[in-house]
Amino acid sequence: MSAFGTVSLLLLIALAIAPAKNHFSEWRHYQKQYLALIRDRGEAVTLQRHFRGGIQQIWLPQLGVVDRCTTCHVGLKEASLADVTTQPFRQHPVIPHTLDQFGCVMCHRGQGPATTVEEAHRSTLAWEQPILPAKYVQSSCGQCHRAPLTGTPQLNLGRTLLTRYGCVHCHTIKLPDGSVIQPTDDPPSLEHIADKTTREWIYAWLKDPQAYAVTATMPNFKLSDPDARDISAFLISDSTPLAGDTEPAPKNEKTPDPTAGASLYGESFCASCHAVQNAAGNVVGGDIGPELTRVGTKAKPEWLRAWLRNPRVYDSGTAMPHYRFTDPQLSLLTSFLGNKTDSDFLANVHLDAATPGQIAHGKLLVTEYGCASCHEINGIKKPDNFAPELTRIGSKPLTQVIFLPGMTHALPDYIAAKIRQPRSFGAALKMPQFSLAPAQVDALTTALLALTDRAHDLPTALTVPAKQPSNYQPAGEAGKLMDDMACFTCHAINGRGGDLAPDLTWEGSSVQREWLLAFLKNPGTLRPALIRRMPRFNISDDDAKELTDYIMTVYQTPAFDRDSMPTSGYPATQVEQGRQLFYSKYACQSCHIVDTKVDKGYIGPTLTQVGSRLTAPWIYHWLKDPQAMRPGSIEPNRNMSDEDARALTAFLMMQKSSSKGAKK
Amino acid sequence: MNNHWRTLFLAFLVLVSTGCTRKTGAAAPQPTVFGSVLVESSGGKQMGATGTVLAQPVVVQINDDQGNAVSNALVEFSGPAGVSFDPSSGPTDSSGQLSTNVTLGSMAGRYQLTAHTFTKAQKPVELKIEEIALGYQQMVGYQLDNKYCARCHNSESSAERVSNYDNLEVKPHPFTEGDTLNKMSDVDLTAIIGHGGPALNKSALMPPYSYTLSKTEIEALIAYIRLISDPPYHASGTVYAKK
Repeated sequence: MSAFGTVSLLLLIALAIAPAKNHFSEWRHYQKQYLALIRDRGEAVTLQRHFRGGIQQIWLPQLGVVDRCTTCHVGLKEASLADVTTQPFRQHPVIPHTLDQFGCVMCHRGQGPATTVEEAHRSTLAWEQPILPAKYVQSSCGQCHRAPLTGTPQLNLGRTLLTRYGCVHCHTIKLPDGSVIQPTDDPPSLEHIADKTTREWIYAWLKDPQAYAVTATMPNFKLSDPDARDISAFLISDSTPLAGDTEPAPKNEKTPDPTAGASLYGESFCASCHAVQNAAGNVVGGDIGPELTRVGTKAKPEWLRAWLRNPRVYDSGTAMPHYRFTDPQLSLLTSFLGNKTDSDFLANVHLDAATPGQIAHGKLLVTEYGCASCHEINGIKKPDNFAPELTRIGSKPLTQVIFLPGMTHALPDYIAAKIRQPRSFGAALKMPQFSLAPAQVDALTTALLALTDRAHDLPTALTVPAKQPSNYQPAGEAGKLMDDMACFTCHAINGRGGDLAPDLTWEGSSVQREWLLAFLKNPGTLRPALIRRMPRFNISDDDAKELTDYIMTVYQTPAFDRDSMPTSGYPATQVEQGRQLFYSKYACQSCHIVDTKVDKGYIGPTLTQVGSRLTAPWIYHWLKDPQAMRPGSIEPNRNMSDEDARALTAFLMMQKSSSKGAKK
Repeated sequence: MNNHWRTLFLAFLVLVSTGCTRKTGAAAPQPTVFGSVLVESSGGKQMGATGTVLAQPVVVQINDDQGNAVSNALVEFSGPAGVSFDPSSGPTDSSGQLSTNVTLGSMAGRYQLTAHTFTKAQKPVELKIEEIALGYQQMVGYQLDNKYCARCHNSESSAERVSNYDNLEVKPHPFTEGDTLNKMSDVDLTAIIGHGGPALNKSALMPPYSYTLSKTEIEALIAYIRLISDPPYHASGTVYAKK
């Protein structure tokens, strides 16, 4: 009898286990907590009406999303909970997507279907993908968005660094659309390196590139002294001479005036692309070309002269324009740059003549370290897939990852550690040490974490493709001239080119022929506040004419005919009406200058001679919709009426340059 | 039965006492040098995306009574949940400074960080440093500010971007100017951004942006302005009837 009693009691208890487990489950506990939290709030009734008890689930079959996070995170959509800071009840910050569109794990990772805190957030035996730390969350945007987004600066920076620091020279990264990420840096060819610099410089540079230039993107390979000695020996012996590089400066030349050299450097706007470290240690200048702080220690004067004469002889694809300097100008600049030296850099470098054995060993090292992945080197082929492919690095299974002792066992930590100190994973590894700030490491990690399986398997309808790179090439003589002057380094045309200077795709509809011709010969400034300006390339009259004709003929917008409105002869009443609109209704003087005595706006281009520069239809259409004429322009669209736009156009077209008899 | 209670009670006591004891055994060696004042050297009032490392390290300095820098004195950093420091404590260097990289928490907002040290008399000395974490929305606002607004609304000039502030007859309000901007409702801010100064009887030098920026972008801009305002902005929120 008592046995029967015990058994039935046990059975009852056994039967109670399941409901009890359910009753005491974590999520019920959180839901009760939430109800207690909202009970005393003013908007309790609304919140209670929104609340749904029990397990909640967002199910999006085509995305593979089964997310039960909202079971505990009950207040995500409640805007009135902005003051609540305890998790899991916080309101979700404003983002461009909704929970119902994408669920939670698309962005945050973790195990969506789990209903316990541990299983949902951390990696378990059955699930290795933990919650993504907040600092990398922008990587999730990158799974669908291939183009830069305004709200994801970290991801954008990471993607830029991947191409700018040359990661993709060695690591292949295939994007889901089938394209391969291309590097944007341009490591110099080493085929004629002996013309350019000395073996001692190569040795010191290899030992520590950042000691030569703090902004150098070349990584440190942590070479031993003998290895650096042998590589420098090989590179010098492997180099072939190039005609012109060793030509000395003309004899009987006066010692160039250093101040004149500095002014020529300034007038030529070298600083738009090249930086120099000043006495305070700040790097001042652009980052398109290499830093020139110690260039005199590196470049041989003969080579520097030849390079300045025409850089395209040494490097046909260089971003540096061909300036067409005169001989005295070349001497000035060569001597000015040659004086930028640092005796400390080569102070302790003493190399004996190279032996054949050292040269052979150097060649072996150059092959082993994959130098040819970035640089062209005589007799060494660019290796294919030199380093592991990173196409799906963001979903790399943790079982394939070797963690260092004491490291958090999570993919982001592994990737960041690998970028920060590659050799900490083994002294024999070839990956070099990059000089990156902590924020840059995080940005790179973010960009790499975006390369997930999910990014590759997404329905194409969901992906937001990047702008396809354009390989636009202008034709004929003008095309050759534009390459020679490296216009695309700063200007974009038809999707190809830089963003330092205005897009020229529709330049032919925008400007008047005489103005363009004069500007190419001698570029004046349109925006006085800018420090980066169009340099003077000293081009011949024929070349200027050739370029002008090409630009005026080819770069025209289909939106209007540039001759559809007259360049002058507007009725005085309309001009006066335009003046009124300019100064009162539209207050254009806050950004522009028409009358230098009164106006002070320094944001937009100066308009004192705009009537001699721009065509009337361009001004009219620009006023109607600036972004349609030049996407990304910061001039606000004023939703101007046709009449106002016409009056303003009339007023602006009367602002002629003085040679044609200005109004004032 | 009595025995059981006693054991339980003893076990409880042990648990409580171990829980209360502070672990001091493995702590860092006690500092031998002390200063009396903590000052901020650099790194305060920075902005960064939530969860990211701030661009510049936070550097604090310990001075003695005479205002001389004290090296080798201990500084410890602390902050709200989610904030981390690298390193979180350490001795000051030869110039009396300690530099730390700060990782912001995952929620947008203002983060008050504290640097601690002790005087020789074991009196705690604290220094408050404020940093701002931008969430997605505020980050969009920050970028838009940089592109469209800062040239006039920010009086600071750099070689790369010359400010137009000084050239304007009617001075724009800097976005940090909480005294003025906190009094304006979101509706007013939306109106003035979208329709220009004249919408609120203010200067026409402020152009309308509703045909250039989208509604979401204007909202993002306002979220950003609210976050960086000084003194801080407190949303009045919807007022509900009390129960």
